[in-house]
Amino acid sequence: MLELTNLHARVVPEDGPAREILKGLSLAVPAGEVHAIMGPNGSGKSTLSYVLTGKHGYEVTGGTATFEGKDLLSLAPEARAALGLFLSFQYPMEIAGVPVMTFVRAAMNAQRKARGEPEVSAPDFLKLSRVAAAKLKIDPEMLKRPLNVGFSGGEKKRLEIYQMLMIEPRFMILDETDSGLDIDALKVVAEGVNALRGPTRGMLVITHYQRLLDHIKPDRVHILSAGRIVKSGGPELALELEKSGYDQFLKAG
Amino acid sequence: MSEGKETLVKDSIDRGTVDAARALESDKYAEGFVTDIEMELAPKGLNEDTVRYISAKKEEPEWMLQWRLEAFQRWKEMTEPTWAMINYPKIDYQDAHYYAEPKGGAKYKTIADVPQEILDTYAKLGIPLKEQEVLLGVEGAMETAAAARETPRVAVDAVFDSVSVATTFRAELSKAGVIFMSISEAIREYPDLVKQYLGSVVPVTDNFFATLNSAVFSDGTFVYVPKGVRCPMELSTYFRMNAKGTGQFERTLIIVDEGGYVSYLEGCTAPMRDENQLHAAVVELVALADAEIKYSTVQNWWPGDSEGKGGVYNFVTKRGDCRGARSRISWTQVETGSAITWKYPSCILRGDDSSGEFYSIAVTNGRQQADTGTKMIHLGKNTKSRIISKGISAGKSNNTYRGLVSIHPKAVKARNFTQCDSLLIGQTCGAHTVPYVENRRADAQLEHEATTTKLSEDQLFYARQRGIGEEEAVALLVNGFVRDVLQKLPMEFAVEAQKLLEVSLEGSVG
Repeated sequence: MLELTNLHARVVPEDGPAREILKGLSLAVPAGEVHAIMGPNGSGKSTLSYVLTGKHGYEVTGGTATFEGKDLLSLAPEARAALGLFLSFQYPMEIAGVPVMTFVRAAMNAQRKARGEPEVSAPDFLKLSRVAAAKLKIDPEMLKRPLNVGFSGGEKKRLEIYQMLMIEPRFMILDETDSGLDIDALKVVAEGVNALRGPTRGMLVITHYQRLLDHIKPDRVHILSAGRIVKSGGPELALELEKSGYDQFLKAG
Repeated sequence: MSEGKETLVKDSIDRGTVDAARALESDKYAEGFVTDIEMELAPKGLNEDTVRYISAKKEEPEWMLQWRLEAFQRWKEMTEPTWAMINYPKIDYQDAHYYAEPKGGAKYKTIADVPQEILDTYAKLGIPLKEQEVLLGVEGAMETAAAARETPRVAVDAVFDSVSVATTFRAELSKAGVIFMSISEAIREYPDLVKQYLGSVVPVTDNFFATLNSAVFSDGTFVYVPKGVRCPMELSTYFRMNAKGTGQFERTLIIVDEGGYVSYLEGCTAPMRDENQLHAAVVELVALADAEIKYSTVQNWWPGDSEGKGGVYNFVTKRGDCRGARSRISWTQVETGSAITWKYPSCILRGDDSSGEFYSIAVTNGRQQADTGTKMIHLGKNTKSRIISKGISAGKSNNTYRGLVSIHPKAVKARNFTQCDSLLIGQTCGAHTVPYVENRRADAQLEHEATTTKLSEDQLFYARQRGIGEEEAVALLVNGFVRDVLQKLPMEFAVEAQKLLEVSLEGSVG
């Protein structure tokens, strides 16, 4: 479903020199699978999520990234979203004056329009929203407030997953979704995420910790270090990491 | 049927307006067409004869002519103000026509006499006069009673260059005792009311542009709402500058007697022209005891092209006088047009417990310059004012908020809240905030909040990642920024204003 081959990318800050972050990353996530990406700080985890979604300031210098055979890298961020790519942000943005529901409805309709599908009707939208909010134990009143403005870290993360449930993407990238969540919230969020697992969907879970993977069970685990995958394995790899740390793998890489 | 049809017409025009604007590559201005109609112009230039010409055209009484001539004498001694943060080449006041009317007379007896070209122009702009006139028939009104409840009706005074060409719903309004007509007619039909109030809020000698207006004003709207009457519908004036080389100098006077209420909307457009057109209007509002006036403006004069060629110079004096106790005046403006905007709708809070409000959205793009804000003059006891200003600058434009809150010695426990927010889009625009406060009382309570934010690329990316295209994302973020002001606009206008913002900011990113 998602295939990355020998991907090289650098971050180009507005002030300062460009730095190469991804140095030949290769990865394939077949439909129906959940892959976890683990790795120490600075290994390129977030860069990977931004390169895949097309954020400004990130420049691909080599390699390919395709989604169902289509070249992702040549597409605008909104076109990638319309294909079904969704990023649950590590630091979700605050958008003053735009209520959560207004934003999400605009997003759903923009994607549908791009795919040539009819817009979601107001009653259907409200129905979907009620179900998603209930699943994530979100107070419906919160959805009338401006997106993320004045929300706690945990609430913001929950809203990311709410958006995901509403948009129903085909491929999800979760960038440290567990940070800022207490144990109870983590369970709720994980249940929401698991509800979207299915044979036609893929997922990339970026995390530092095993605890998220207790709830969202990965099919494969990859260790990212210095911009490359240095080790891949089954779910047991994450448990091993939790016990003995990254060091052993970094040396091996 | 007619009601439903009217809504349809309006909807399709709104959509058409937006689509047409989208289709234009460099000049994103849908109202920039010219109506081809034979015009009668005053000879170019400005002198006593011009003033006499206009007065004669309007068949004005002698006192009005004298009033104008006095204004003209004063104007000759005045100099153009230079304190605003705007730059423009010197205006040659002799190089313009001060009066333009569609040939065939100033006012048409019935709507049937209005030339089709003018009706088409207004229809194109979304003001279907004929549709509204049809509604005057009782039978039609009966049939559409249900629809009418859903579509608020708006009475329109349409001003084409220097003359009011049609005023709708007059009969129905007069049943309620509301006078709604062009100011030229009011001068002839209600001279006492006009004499009493004209120039009582904005004196003839107030400022350079107001004095010029006093000498040469051509048409505009007159509203009188009698004691205790709540005006049964929204009133509005639609200003259209069409003729080449003309200025528009309209004069609006709204008086709401004790306990009355009116909501008034004003919309403006002009064709695209390479030259600069001068627009110097004066609006006076008088609210007597317990009266309330809501005045909303959507200003979309031609802003000039992206290089700053052409466009309307908009020098406007708007002032409301809360003359009676507990009276209320609120100004709401959405300013997206004009090459230059110089405009400070103000409130004189004379009556005890009176209150003034100013809600403003000013958008500048391309080479536009806006210097706009308000003055709240607290004279009476327990007077309150509230100012919320949202400035959005994009392109190479400059946007200045200039405001004055003045608390006079007798204004016991006066209160003001001011919030000025600026949003910058791109690297080459400017936002400035110039708030003045004069306070002569220790018990006054004044609050001022100001923010300047840049539309961040990270926010845009966030929206785009969710599938929202760049232009739509900008519109969404901007709408969020101005939301608290948009909510103050009457429903119909809010939708229009929202679309206008979108069109005005097109191409401002990337």
